[in-house]
Amino acid sequence: MPTYVNPDKCDGCKAQDRPACHYICPSDIMHLDQSLGKAFNIEPDLCWECYACVKTCPQSAIDIRAYADIAPMGASITSLRGTDSIMWTVKFRNGEIKRFKLPIRTTPWGSIEPHEGMPVPTQDDLNGQALSQQVQFLGVPKLPTPALA
Amino acid sequence: MVEPTTEVIECDVLIVGGGMAGCGAAYEAAYWARSKGLRVVLVEKGAVERSGAVAMGLSAINCYMGMKNGENQPEDFVRYVRQDLMGLSREDLVYDIARHVDSTVHMFEEWGLPFFKTEDGHYKREGRWQVMIHGESYKPIVAEAAKKAVGDQNVYERIFVSHLLTDAKDPQRIAGAIGFSVREPKIYVFKAKAVICAAGGAAGVFRPHSVGEGLGRIWYAPWNTGSVYKLMIQAGAQMSQFEHRLVVARLKDGYGPVGMWFLLFKAELKNAYGEKVEEKWAHLLKDWEPYGGQKPIPTPLRNHQLLQDFLAGGGPHYLRTDEALQKMYAEVQHDKKKIREIESDAWEDFLDMTMSQALLWASENIDPAKTPSEIVLTEPYLMGSHAATTGAWVSGPEDLAPPEYFWGYNRMTTINGLFAAGDGVSGSAHKFSSGSYTEGRFAGKAAVAYVHDNPDDCNVEHDRVEEIKKELWEPIEVFERGVGASTKPDVNPHYILPKQALLRLQKIADEYAAGHGSYYLTNGKMLERGLEMVDLLKEDLHKLGARDLHDLLRCWEVWDRVWCLEAHMRHMLFREETRWPGYYYRADYPKLDEENWKCFVNSTWDPATKEWTMEKKPYIQVVS
Repeated sequence: MPTYVNPDKCDGCKAQDRPACHYICPSDIMHLDQSLGKAFNIEPDLCWECYACVKTCPQSAIDIRAYADIAPMGASITSLRGTDSIMWTVKFRNGEIKRFKLPIRTTPWGSIEPHEGMPVPTQDDLNGQALSQQVQFLGVPKLPTPALA
Repeated sequence: MVEPTTEVIECDVLIVGGGMAGCGAAYEAAYWARSKGLRVVLVEKGAVERSGAVAMGLSAINCYMGMKNGENQPEDFVRYVRQDLMGLSREDLVYDIARHVDSTVHMFEEWGLPFFKTEDGHYKREGRWQVMIHGESYKPIVAEAAKKAVGDQNVYERIFVSHLLTDAKDPQRIAGAIGFSVREPKIYVFKAKAVICAAGGAAGVFRPHSVGEGLGRIWYAPWNTGSVYKLMIQAGAQMSQFEHRLVVARLKDGYGPVGMWFLLFKAELKNAYGEKVEEKWAHLLKDWEPYGGQKPIPTPLRNHQLLQDFLAGGGPHYLRTDEALQKMYAEVQHDKKKIREIESDAWEDFLDMTMSQALLWASENIDPAKTPSEIVLTEPYLMGSHAATTGAWVSGPEDLAPPEYFWGYNRMTTINGLFAAGDGVSGSAHKFSSGSYTEGRFAGKAAVAYVHDNPDDCNVEHDRVEEIKKELWEPIEVFERGVGASTKPDVNPHYILPKQALLRLQKIADEYAAGHGSYYLTNGKMLERGLEMVDLLKEDLHKLGARDLHDLLRCWEVWDRVWCLEAHMRHMLFREETRWPGYYYRADYPKLDEENWKCFVNSTWDPATKEWTMEKKPYIQVVS
């Protein structure tokens, strides 16, 4: 359900090096209206309602209005994403409210250290079937090979 | 608009596409490249943090063996995939993913992806192959690892790769890729010794159920435009099973996932009269032996039953969430806390990965414990990662692949140095997010081995690069030349805008190539007529007009899709049988023909002659 931007909240990310929604949108449809200095959805019919912009907007200025050709009006879903969990508020057309708090990550952001402490691979390793960190993560001692047909 | 500038980037391994497969390739290639001093570059048309099919999140990882707990062995998975694909899988590729995928999944957990756990500490199963996750941040977590592995300076975002480059002296060898920035007038030329094509499968080729504001609310990500296929086809790489497709039964309009409902909650699919579709139409399965009589019923045959019930007047069809939840509530003695947990799991399934389905429930005041939800069959998608197997014909791993399926490097296409992963690889269906990532890891490692063995620089022809650059920018110039001819920019005799071309493409696909509007039905004559219309459309795509860089992106995405549709139709025309009813029907060859067609169908487009060649390739059973 395409995104729309609340003009009272959107400040065009003036204080940042780039507008957050414009940076993140996978469909490249959140753009800045240069004359207004505010974001808008330039192509609502190619919006997947993925909420990437909604979650990232520092001003919570972006909302979703259900697709005009699909859904009855009046409902909304809003999100508040923290570092380890996300809070969803589902508002029904009839006014009923449901809230769900869901975990999103168990480690601090930026804490992944790829291949940390891994030995330098040999040429035999490169030509073999093992992937990096197989010993650490596969969970069985030996890479299986099939009983061939 | 000003003339674009050009930046040339030299690297050893270029990864096109930063979704699950691309991030897996980046992570793995970086490790093996490090000791060799090789440069790995990742290029993505969006932002890696939220790109590809998993941008929105996922509520389950659908490919996990659980070997450490003895839950499944790779052989079990191969037999399952073989059955679901009606016999035709590259079992070397499927086994390879199955034996490695657990390490990928365990690594995701180590990085911080939260999993549902059972009381004894195991992953909570949704089904035999599926485990449940709190996957809102699945993609950002995976992206963090990939970007750190290759280094921020080697990640190029908001660049749409439109063409691959082959070596000027050896057209069977890859040499790089060309793309353009969607943020500034700038063309990027990537020179690379190996290229991993890990872009997305093709959504939006077929006219979807919604064509207004909901045009983008399709089941697969609308930004997956089939780049992975077009790039490789145009480079001359051989494609396989391009007649295959994915059609799935999903919650109507919101396209919310149904896996948890069917597998974990045991909800049933019933027609408007309360009849169980699977039971009522069980007799249809005997027409599709040997696959019809085995369990689980293959995805296309389940679709077939649903479609036949619809044609017999059984619609609307319902996922009986109400009956399933009431049964579960009774099982917990209507304990309020436990009911709340079940309800939370049900909603999270949507909130993690298809918020629009939750919003649709809220819009229609649906309480799933009281009201069932409608189920429909989607429009078709071309992809290689789900119950679908469209993609490139690649070499298997050395220790598993029969000689017919092996030519030196795991996941290398028929073009030397060009590798594929994820949606781009045919024959390894049901890999989903974790398997696509794992397949990317294979390609990443093999690409480094290839570069190590083939260290010579590639030859990139200056004239060819200039020709592509001119072609890339043409829609901007077509628009600027023509715009003055009309007072209304979107009705103009000199150009069509990309959305107009997209709708024309989707109409051809739906009407001639067995879309949902044609009940997935076509025949040889329809396909031939459709291909005539595709030819006319391709001629007109040279008159695409782009008002800005965003339009230019959309123009080249239409090119992606039209190549996908053409390849799809040519393959469907070649395979003279109906192997996957419920995906599509050849009305002129309505039956399964094991004697003549238990084989792969491969195609190659020759960049020199611009001709297609179709051929059969043998199916070889690898696992007993």
